[in-house]
Amino acid sequence: MDIVVCIKQVPDPEHFSKIVLDAKTKLVRREGIPVVVNQVDKHALEAALQIREKFSGRVTVISMGPPQAREAIEEAFAMGADGGVLLSDRAFAGADSLTTAYTLAQAIKKFSPFDLILLGNETADSGTRQVAPQLAEFLDVPHVTNVRTIGFNSGDTLIVERSMENGHMKIEVRLPAVLAVNRTINEPRIPSVIDIMQVATKEIKVCGLADLGLSSEDVGLVGSPTQMANLFESRRERRREILDGAAVTAARQAVERLRELNAL
Amino acid sequence: MTGKNETWVYAEQKAGHASKATLQLLGKAVELGKETGSPTVCVLVGSGAQGVPRELAAYGASKVYVVDDPRLELYQSEAYASVVAGLVKEHCPEIFLFAATDVGEDLAPRVAAKVGTGLTAHCIDLRIEKRDGVPLLHQTVPAWGGGMRIDIVCPKHRPQMATVKPGVFDLPVPKSDSNAEVVDVPAQLNEKHFRARTIEVKEEAQRETPLTEADAVVAVGWGAYSLGGIQCPQELAEAVCGTLAGTRPMVDSGWIPPDRMVGQSGKVVSSRLFISLGASGAMHFTSGFERAKFVVAVDQNPKAPIFQVADIGIVGDLREVLPCLTEEIKKQKSSKG
Repeated sequence: MDIVVCIKQVPDPEHFSKIVLDAKTKLVRREGIPVVVNQVDKHALEAALQIREKFSGRVTVISMGPPQAREAIEEAFAMGADGGVLLSDRAFAGADSLTTAYTLAQAIKKFSPFDLILLGNETADSGTRQVAPQLAEFLDVPHVTNVRTIGFNSGDTLIVERSMENGHMKIEVRLPAVLAVNRTINEPRIPSVIDIMQVATKEIKVCGLADLGLSSEDVGLVGSPTQMANLFESRRERRREILDGAAVTAARQAVERLRELNAL
Repeated sequence: MTGKNETWVYAEQKAGHASKATLQLLGKAVELGKETGSPTVCVLVGSGAQGVPRELAAYGASKVYVVDDPRLELYQSEAYASVVAGLVKEHCPEIFLFAATDVGEDLAPRVAAKVGTGLTAHCIDLRIEKRDGVPLLHQTVPAWGGGMRIDIVCPKHRPQMATVKPGVFDLPVPKSDSNAEVVDVPAQLNEKHFRARTIEVKEEAQRETPLTEADAVVAVGWGAYSLGGIQCPQELAEAVCGTLAGTRPMVDSGWIPPDRMVGQSGKVVSSRLFISLGASGAMHFTSGFERAKFVVAVDQNPKAPIFQVADIGIVGDLREVLPCLTEEIKKQKSSKG
């Protein structure tokens, strides 16, 4: 079975509060913020590796990002991915979800015949949850989001469970298909030292706009239907009354204030 | 794509009633429509929801496209996307809003891709602003964990599509004498639309009020770990007649179920009272309770950012403060009768 896993390198969510807005340039400053593989993407890769271990096949990871996103693919190699494709070109920068899905779809069509595509259900940075259904649309295959279990039926059919707000759905999916998984599906493996040493033996295929045969009009910021109009800091003003006396006193004062404010 | 100047809302229904999230969205759509002079139209897909259009009318829909087909009784991703995108292509609305729910979040992106337009996820505000004389939908989203806001626009493609989490907009007041034109639309479907086929939907009974509708919420953060369990926070939640919730780390550690996560990747809370226990105030958490009316925070670090977004902050050890707080609230409530 040929499985493609889409992964993304994101700023470490632990450091989000350090990302600031430059008052002059109106741009986001994120220098020095460490990057990591989007956590749930590792669960998607783990699911792919487990399927490969059961049925044999090949796992290819694809990532779109700046040159340093190759670190994310190397991490996927350490976990056990067989091949890696990095879509990196200045022209790809600033893509919204539609254009990201379009670019990924074109690369997958060109380089990676697939039976199954797995993604994480959302990224920690933009978190739109939109890429998986849109990727499926561009590849003309079915999709399921928020997948918590994948079971194999006979032949080319899967039975997957999709988590819902208040329960779950059972869905029969014909392959090829796109599945976006959530974190309950598995526990991603931790690579061993030997796994990490093998990373150097695997090669990353780096592709730009020309390699994919795409027009710069259709990708990145230029090709994205949505645009950023304003960026601003916003915080709702609160009273910010601090009580730091003894626990008993502070609790009494707090409740007293809540009563005055009619908040109870 | 130039088309009718209409504002559309994708209507979700359950057991013959429009969902609350749909009605909240409808209220906002009507507001936007007043500014652009456009009628509000709903799209309703499913099986046997005859009473719903009347409900939608009461909340401001002037027309409802109804796609009623037994094959669409359960949510079917490709079939739903196909019929909804078909309607969009035929009528070219100006704006199309979806609730960011199990169905809306799955359906809207595929519809947007079929139509080839932009979609903005999890908006916290929607308004019309003119750019070069053209009214554009400004779609505000939280960015970078919520400390910043971005206005997204979709200048060249139509419809301008957005999803909004339940609870972000207020429920409008219904007008019982309103009527909507109901347009029945046949579903043109074949085998291919069921390559992914939903065969069963299992719903678990709701134990408590959904977080988005709770009147009071008590949320635990990593600092509450020192309490050794959720018993004390649960007691406080009961004392304020509220719902217990938590931050992402507390959900990941299994203390709090996933549907009780507050924040950017969780729920948006618009409760009257919000009490944060032992959360330091990471922005991807605090953006989830911005709409709460009163915020109380307890944390032992006086410099914790949580105190910047609280009305009342108590600096202290949770193990000492929490029992006192619960006790005081119980006293207060009983004296009120």
